[in-house]
Formats: sequence, structure tokens, C-alpha cells
Amino acid sequence: MKRQLPLIIIFVCGIFMVFQYFVPHENSEFLYEFAALDWPPIIGVFALTLGIISLIRVSIAKIRKREPNWPFSIVTLVGLTAMIVAGLPWFGGQTSPAVIWQFNFIMQPITQTIFSLLAFFIASAAYRAFRARSVLASILLISAVIVMIRFFPLGPFTGAATWTADWVLNVPNLAAKRAIIIGVGLGIISTALKVVLGVERSFLGRD
Amino acid sequence: MKLAEKMFAIDRRWVYLALGLAVLISLKIPFSIPIPISKEARNIYNFVDTLKAGDAIHLAIDYDPSTLAELHPMTLSILKQCFEKKIKVVITSLKETGPAMTAAVIDTAVARHFARTGERIKNGVDYVFLGYKPYPILIILGMGQNYRIPFPADYFNTPLDSLPMMAKIRNYDNVKAVLNISGTAATDYWIAYGNGRYKVPLAIGVTGVMATDYYPYLQSGQIFGILGGLKGAAEYETLVGTPGKAVQGMKVQMVAHLIIIVFIIIGNIGYFAQRKKRELSA
Amino acid sequence: MVVRWELSADDGRGQNNILAYKILRTPKLAGPFSTDSATAGADYHLFSSPGTIYNAAVWHLIPGEWDTLGQVPLGSSKYDNRGGKQRDAKDFLPDATPFQYKVIATTATGGQGVSTVSAPASANGQLIHTGKVQYIGIPVVIFTALVLGFISVAKRGRELYIRPLAGIGAVDEAIGRATEMNRPILYVLGLGAPDDIATIASYTILSRVAKKVAEHRTELLVPCYDAVVMSIAQETVRQAYLDAGRPDEYKEDIVYYVTQEQFAYVAAVNGTMLRRQTATNFYLGVFYAESLILAETGSLAGSIQISGTDRVTQIPFFIVACDYTLIGEELYAASAYLGREPKLLGTLKAQDWAKGLFLIFMTLGLLGAALQWNWIVSMFRMSF
Repeated sequence: MKRQLPLIIIFVCGIFMVFQYFVPHENSEFLYEFAALDWPPIIGVFALTLGIISLIRVSIAKIRKREPNWPFSIVTLVGLTAMIVAGLPWFGGQTSPAVIWQFNFIMQPITQTIFSLLAFFIASAAYRAFRARSVLASILLISAVIVMIRFFPLGPFTGAATWTADWVLNVPNLAAKRAIIIGVGLGIISTALKVVLGVERSFLGRD
Repeated sequence: MKLAEKMFAIDRRWVYLALGLAVLISLKIPFSIPIPISKEARNIYNFVDTLKAGDAIHLAIDYDPSTLAELHPMTLSILKQCFEKKIKVVITSLKETGPAMTAAVIDTAVARHFARTGERIKNGVDYVFLGYKPYPILIILGMGQNYRIPFPADYFNTPLDSLPMMAKIRNYDNVKAVLNISGTAATDYWIAYGNGRYKVPLAIGVTGVMATDYYPYLQSGQIFGILGGLKGAAEYETLVGTPGKAVQGMKVQMVAHLIIIVFIIIGNIGYFAQRKKRELSA
Repeated sequence: MVVRWELSADDGRGQNNILAYKILRTPKLAGPFSTDSATAGADYHLFSSPGTIYNAAVWHLIPGEWDTLGQVPLGSSKYDNRGGKQRDAKDFLPDATPFQYKVIATTATGGQGVSTVSAPASANGQLIHTGKVQYIGIPVVIFTALVLGFISVAKRGRELYIRPLAGIGAVDEAIGRATEMNRPILYVLGLGAPDDIATIASYTILSRVAKKVAEHRTELLVPCYDAVVMSIAQETVRQAYLDAGRPDEYKEDIVYYVTQEQFAYVAAVNGTMLRRQTATNFYLGVFYAESLILAETGSLAGSIQISGTDRVTQIPFFIVACDYTLIGEELYAASAYLGREPKLLGTLKAQDWAKGLFLIFMTLGLLGAALQWNWIVSMFRMSF
């Protein structure tokens, strides 16, 4: 029963969602609201508790065993505690000055800094990867250069450069993307069918 | 030939240094580049421009501080246009680290409007900020039925029914369009569930990397406009008549692209020189 | 409910030059009705109605007052009154409740002509949306039939060819490399939700990778972005170790939660890569802007990198920065490729055949649009 019950639940819920899409009756809509819209956030909150417990346990283990770079685990725990405590209703909730301060002066600069690394990594990845080693690599290189120069003020050639870049983006690039999207769409239907019919069970910890 | 070897394998720290210096220097030197306006950006501007005072739109701000450099200028420009035309704005933020940033950008837009016109924009009357709730798909579906389902109160815990602006706004039928400014998959959800299920007119503002993904939806009519990255933000700033950080950023972006192209050329020269050397010695 | 009327004799021409038709509705009138030209557009009145599910205010119609549903231009003689199913929606169209309609023709000069009031008519909740069945239901049934058919073919022992996937073929090599170098393997499930199909596909590959890792006794690290994904991944890895015959080697800390903030997660994973000098990195799942940050940092650490995502925007970044990349549906196919089970191979073949059908329909549609074969084009025009 331990193997069968999750599969039965998945099958019933999957079939319900499929049929609900085709049944416009108000009772079907009510069931959808009640079953599909209301329950997942409740389950998510319980899962988040598990996640936080896991993070705390892993960090404490690293501190206790004095693993390399264990002080960073202290920083993790301090940050986690500070944000949670500051956001408690008794201290003003999510709009309390302490939460806003932590968000504006710690969270925001750090996330922007990490995202800014992307600009430098794009430069180094482009330098490393855009080499005309083969025909396909050369096409990649030329396409990248065409798209990059579209913002350049090239005098009489500006219009042609913009038009070429837009053509590269909107014709071959879009065609390839659409092809991938169609394939991905079919893959999604196929994987969803496999999950609902119980063919795919690895996420249950079973092959 | 030693030069060729060096060109082939430049330490990536030199690349980072060159890029960093180029960005800093171009920020300081005053020059401008032309900003041609695309049809996709103009569609959004014209749509908002033809709305009447008292009409409502839904501004879905689904990004967080990591992408605010590209997306904040779009948000500020749209809010500027709406406040000037007295269009009511329902604002949500479906990214978990977005609400505080969204509250701040609304305050900035309100302050700028006051500085420009002396007119006070009031929360609950001219705009409502609903805040954040998890599971964006469910929230988008819930709002399509009634905003009060996922958001019984706004970000400041004021019940929606007590806000004057929300008296006539029940769901997407009561807003003229949804403008989704996003750096996340929330855009996909708005297209699939907001426009797909509820048929609410939808336009998007996304990061540059994401923009080309959504042109198929523009061509199929599922969205009526796209603002793509810093370029889209610069276009909208130009359209609303307040060139700002996005327009300034475009010239920096151009210089950065130039540096990358230079390094690509150097790398390829080094590669071909190495290849020739191997062929000669073979 | 569909409202039909005869066009006015002055429709778009004539002395009165009708420009538009306004359609109005009221709940069934209590008494005899007349053709009196009542003005349109009476407002709804709002009543608080405690006891409704969400304690929301409910809009009530006042019988005898007409509500304007919409307007159609000249030449139109039909209006679809599509109502909502929500009790608190303004356009709520309840089941088995009689309504009556009238149409007001408006002229260019503001004049009006009012139709007779229709007999009472009721809507009834339908059990099936025929529009969706035609355009979605039938293709889904065809696809499901293909899937079941090919599964049955595969079960009968027929060899189904799958072209080699370089990324999956390199998994063994990558795990062997990590074992020889005595460095850990990093497996990133991505930033997707637990129900994202790419994440589900990634669980399957994680299961197989974890089994091989357990057999080789190499260290595995699986930092997770989502707490539910962490729970599922823990079960997957635990079972993989059990299947490999090494249940004692499994530790709870192999799979751990980091944070659900995108760049904080990336910073943590990058730190792990650089500190632990991981030999092999797997990036399989849903990724966003952080894909290149992860891949470049892995390149700095000297790791072999195998990636796969269905996010089209991130594929180019993985292609330039990783050693092997699974593009789009190759990620979903990887589970079939690794396991070679008949059921999985069968679904893969069904996908390929469905793509073939798509190509045929697309070609037909292209020809139909180019040669103006409207009967073909109308087949693809969806409206529901």
C-alpha cells in the first residue's frame, strides 16, 4: 500500500485536472478552486519548515565539526535568525524598519552584486567560446557580433546593422526557439502522462 | 609567436579589468547615442496613452533587486505615465524578495510626480499595492476570479473592500490590461493563465536575455507589446519624455559590447596564429 | 446564451443610419412587458452577503432594471452572452435562471430604436466544452494513443532506436573522473518548482547518478533551492543508495536546502564549487539568469560540466560554458536513454511521431495560408 497509495493519488488528481479543464460547469470550477488553488500553499509552508530545519542542521554540523570555512555557517544562521525575528508580527511584521533596513542595505546590494558578476562572466565566456573552430562555431561567432553591434552608431550603416540584427533575432533565432519550444511542449505532455499513469516513479524514490 | 600565444590565453582577470574600466570611464564621459523606438514599445505606450482618466490597469512587478537595473526604469516610466493620465494602478509583486523593493519604487514614482506637478498620489485612491503571496500560478488564477481571494488586504494590511479604488475593481474584467514587468518565469504564467484563461490584454517588460523568447507570443497576439531589457527601458523613457538611467545605461552597454568584440577578435587572432603554427610544425 | 435579432432596415444606411446595437438583459420580469423604450444601463446594486465562501460582497440584480451587456457594430445580428461562473462576479450567469433580453439600435445622431423583449430563456451549466474538445481534447487523445501504442510495441521486445546523447553518455566518464581525483560531485536540480517537468526529469537522472555514485563510493552534494524539491530529492537519493546496496553510505546531509532566493542560492553553490573543488558538476533542471554564473564558476574550479534545461534562454549560456549540454527535450529523453526501459522508450518514440504529425500539419497550414486554401486555414483557427 505504501507503494500504491501515492500512485493512486497522483492518478486520481491528474485525471481530475484533465477532465476539469474540459468541464465548464460551475461545480467543476468550485472543486478546482477548493482542491487545486487552496491546498498547495498550505503544503508549501510545511515543506519550507523542513527546508529551514535542514539548513540549520547542516550549518550546525559544519560548525561543530569545524569543517573548512565553518565561520560562514555562523553568518548563515545569524542572517536567517535576524530576518525571521525582525519580521515577526510583534516587531512590526514584513514592513518593520528592521526588515526594510536588512533588505535595503544587505539583501539588495548583495543580490545586485552577484547578478553583476554576469556581465564579467559573459565577457570571459565570450572570449573563451567565440572562436572560429568550425563552421557552426563561426556562425555562432558572427551572429553574436551582429547582434552586439546593433546599438552602435555606425553612421549610414546604422539602419542596415539594426535590420540585420533584428532579422537574426526574429527569423533564424526565433525559428530555432519555436522548434525547441514545440519539442519541450511535447516532452512536457509526455512526462506528465508518464507521471499520471505511474510509468515515471523516480520522484517517489522508486524506479 | 609568443604574442599569439598570449592572445590565445589571456588571463580572464585582464578581461574583467578591461570591462570594469570601460564601464566606469563611459559612465563619466558625457555622450549620447540615438534610441530608435521599436513598434513593440510604442504599442504599450500608445495603449496606455489612449486610456481615460479613471481607467485601471494592473501592473505586475515580478522581479527582485537583482534585475532592477534593467527593469526599474520601465516601472518608473509606466507609473509616471499612469499618474499623469490619472489611470488607477493595481500593483502586485509575485517574487518573494520583490515587495519591499516594489514599495520603494512606488514611493519614488509618487515623490517624483509630486516634485514635477505638486500633485499628491494617494494609496488606495490612485493606486493599490497588494503585495506578495507565494505560488504565482495560483495567485494569477485567483485574481482572475476576484482580487480578494488571494489578497483580502493590501500590503499594508488594509482590507481591499475599504479602499475606494477597489470598489469597482473585482477581477481582470475591471482592468484594461495587465502590464507584467518581470525577470522571472512569472511572465510565462501570466501568458498561460492570465491571458490564456481570462483573456486579459497583456504586455510585458522583461530582461534583455528573456525578450526574444516572447516574440512568438507577440506575433500570435497573446501579448500586445514587449519592452526588452535596457533597450526597451530606454525606449519607454524616451517615449514618456524623461530620459534617465536606462538611456544612460545604453551608452555604457554599447562600450561594453565593444570591449567584448575586441577580446573576441584578439582571441580569434591568437587561435588562428596557433593553428598556423601547428600546421607549419606538423 | 446567444442573442439573435433581425437587422434593422436602416442598418448602415437609410434615413436613420444604424451604427451599432446595444444588448441589454434583465432577470425575468414579473409581469407583462411592453415595447416601451426604457433607457439602458441600470447599475447593479451592492449588498454584503455574509456566508459566501470568501465572505465577499455579492452583486445582486434588481428585477426590472436592465443591464447593458455589450455593443456590437452594424451588420452584426448575434451576441454571445458569456457569463462567469463565480457567484460574486458582475457577469455571473446562474444556472436555470430565466433572463430576458432586448436590443437597442443606436444611430449616428444618438437616436434609438428598441426591439421587442425576448421570451424568458435560461442557461444551463454544460458538462463539456466542445470547443476545447475539438482543438485540445482530440490531439491529447491521439498523443496518448501513440504513447500507449509504442509502450506496447516496446514491451513486445522490439528495438527502438534513440540517437546517442553526448551529455548522458559522458555521465559515467564524469563520475569515474571524480572518483579518481577523490573530489565530490555536485548535482544542481535547478530553481524550478517540484512540479516543473524539467525538475521531474532531473529527479530521474539524479536517481541514476546517485546509484552510480554510491557504487563508486564518491561524495555527492545536492544543494536544493526549493524545500519540497529537497524532500523529494532526499527520497530519490536514499532509494538510489539502497538499490546500489550501500544504504549505510547514505547521509542526510547529501541533499540539503540552501535558500529560495535566486542569487543567494547561486552564491552558496558557487562557494561550494570553489571550496570543495568539485570534479563534476551537473546542472539539470530549470535555470534562469544564474546559469552562466554557475557554469563559469565551475569552469574556474576545473570541473567537468554536464547541463540540461528546457529554458530556451539559458541554453546558449550552457552551450558556451559547459562541456556537454542537453537541449530542451533531450533532458526529458535522458531518463529513457539511461534506463532503456520499454515504457520510457515507448513514450519517447510517441513524442517523435507526434512531432512528425506537427510537421505535416505545419506544412499544410503554410501551404494553405500561402495558396489561400481557406478550408485548411479555418481548421487551425481556434476560438474557445
